[in-house]
Amino acid sequence: MSGAAQTVRQTVTQTIRKPFARPVFLRRAAVPLGIIAIWQAAAAFGLLNPQTMPAPSAVATSFWNLIITGQLWPNLIISLERVLLGLSIGVITGGALAILAGLSRLGEDMIDPSVQMARTLPHLALIPLVILWFGIGETPKIFIIALGSTFPIYLNLYSAIRGADRKLLEASSILGLSHAETIWHVTLPAALPGFLVGLRQAFGIAWISLVVAEQINSSSGIGYLVMNARDFLQTDVIFDGLLVYAILGLATDQCVRALETHLLTWRPQTLSKQGA
Amino acid sequence: MNMLSEPQIHGQDFHGSTEPAVEINNLTRAFGDNIVLKTLNLTIRPGEFVALLGHSGSGKSTLLRTLAGLDPAPAGTVRVPQALSVVFQEPRLLPWKRVWRNVTLGLRDKNPRAKAEAALHEVGLGHRLNAWPLTLSGGEAQRAALARALVREPELLLLDEPFAALDALTRLKMQSLVTSLWRAHRPAVLLVTHDVDEALSLADRILVLEHGTISTDIEIPHPRRGSPHPELRTRLLQALGVTQ
Repeated sequence: MSGAAQTVRQTVTQTIRKPFARPVFLRRAAVPLGIIAIWQAAAAFGLLNPQTMPAPSAVATSFWNLIITGQLWPNLIISLERVLLGLSIGVITGGALAILAGLSRLGEDMIDPSVQMARTLPHLALIPLVILWFGIGETPKIFIIALGSTFPIYLNLYSAIRGADRKLLEASSILGLSHAETIWHVTLPAALPGFLVGLRQAFGIAWISLVVAEQINSSSGIGYLVMNARDFLQTDVIFDGLLVYAILGLATDQCVRALETHLLTWRPQTLSKQGA
Repeated sequence: MNMLSEPQIHGQDFHGSTEPAVEINNLTRAFGDNIVLKTLNLTIRPGEFVALLGHSGSGKSTLLRTLAGLDPAPAGTVRVPQALSVVFQEPRLLPWKRVWRNVTLGLRDKNPRAKAEAALHEVGLGHRLNAWPLTLSGGEAQRAALARALVREPELLLLDEPFAALDALTRLKMQSLVTSLWRAHRPAVLLVTHDVDEALSLADRILVLEHGTISTDIEIPHPRRGSPHPELRTRLLQALGVTQ
């Protein structure tokens, strides 16, 4: 009986899902691939000015040239280094401030109002000032990236610490956990998902900050490639730069997602993803 | 007294002490103008199973929280043993620690893993030692919470409506599990519940809390023998303002 019911249900699901279920990847890729195809066709029919809008094939060719002439890698590495260094500083600063403000009333009173005030200021508006302070070397770039990524880390981690389940905190006090043990076993693990959300936002802001920071007087990095290409009217190279930024953003987002899966194995959604 | 109704287990000296497990004198607790507990007195003997009935808002949770040390006792004295465990209505397991790690949390012991395994086997959860708490069913999670309470060898076990969120069948299983665990370990138990039948089938003694004081205090003759006690049931329901 139950075997028959099982079979019937399977047949039903198959008939419903079969035409669409399989090529998920194809369905998702259809729109971007379609746009590229139309773009390429429009270029082939001479509808686009190659000076302002080069064909996808031209972009691909110049991308390949950037790789084989060795222009891409050193600049890519430099940009990655800037982001990772700035982001690390931002994570440490934002994380430390959030922990201080989240765990103590004194810390909250001293830190939170100032940070909440500072975060309303668009950090990119500080660039002229930062150039006056630090010149045009690496320091202002790192500073802008670090400053921008501090806030999402602080805001998410702080509210996650404050939002830790009071019932779990009560239970651990009855279990005899010391203050330090409670922070280590309860508060911080409870705040970890919020921190990871902050980390993803911080990565996003770090890339934006990098793009802007690299356009001020750079002599290296992806931003330098793009600005240089503008001066020589190499529109295809500008597109190459945009492509690299997009790939890097996507890649770092995937890294944080992988980190989430690894660190939050206990969540039901992670468990079901792993089939455990 | 009625404590001696189960002679095969009684007669021994629980935890080497004959002092009361709980002693409350003139406890008063108010939130603003609202007096929740009013000069309340209560003594619970070692190994005694006491059920506390009351309407929501009658102060029974406040009383339990005061005993657990979660709420201050501004007026009056409250004496409870050092070894005290609480099981709440929700299991309150840390979702990011495996079940056995939850059981050993805060336990100062040379071999916590072995203790956790023993306790989890005892509550019938020996096969889920390494499970993540969020994958447990409601009954399983509550068993884990019981194991976490037991592993501390409590002299006083506070149960705050621990079966209220369970389905009827699971509740019956959990009630008999609590009875057998109590028989094996003999802590004094204070069970907060609003279920008269549950109180009658589990406890030696039933209290009704009303307007911040204990209005009814009944020793159950021949407890846990399955006798229905219809007259006691009626009396308790009347004390709770339920007329049939």
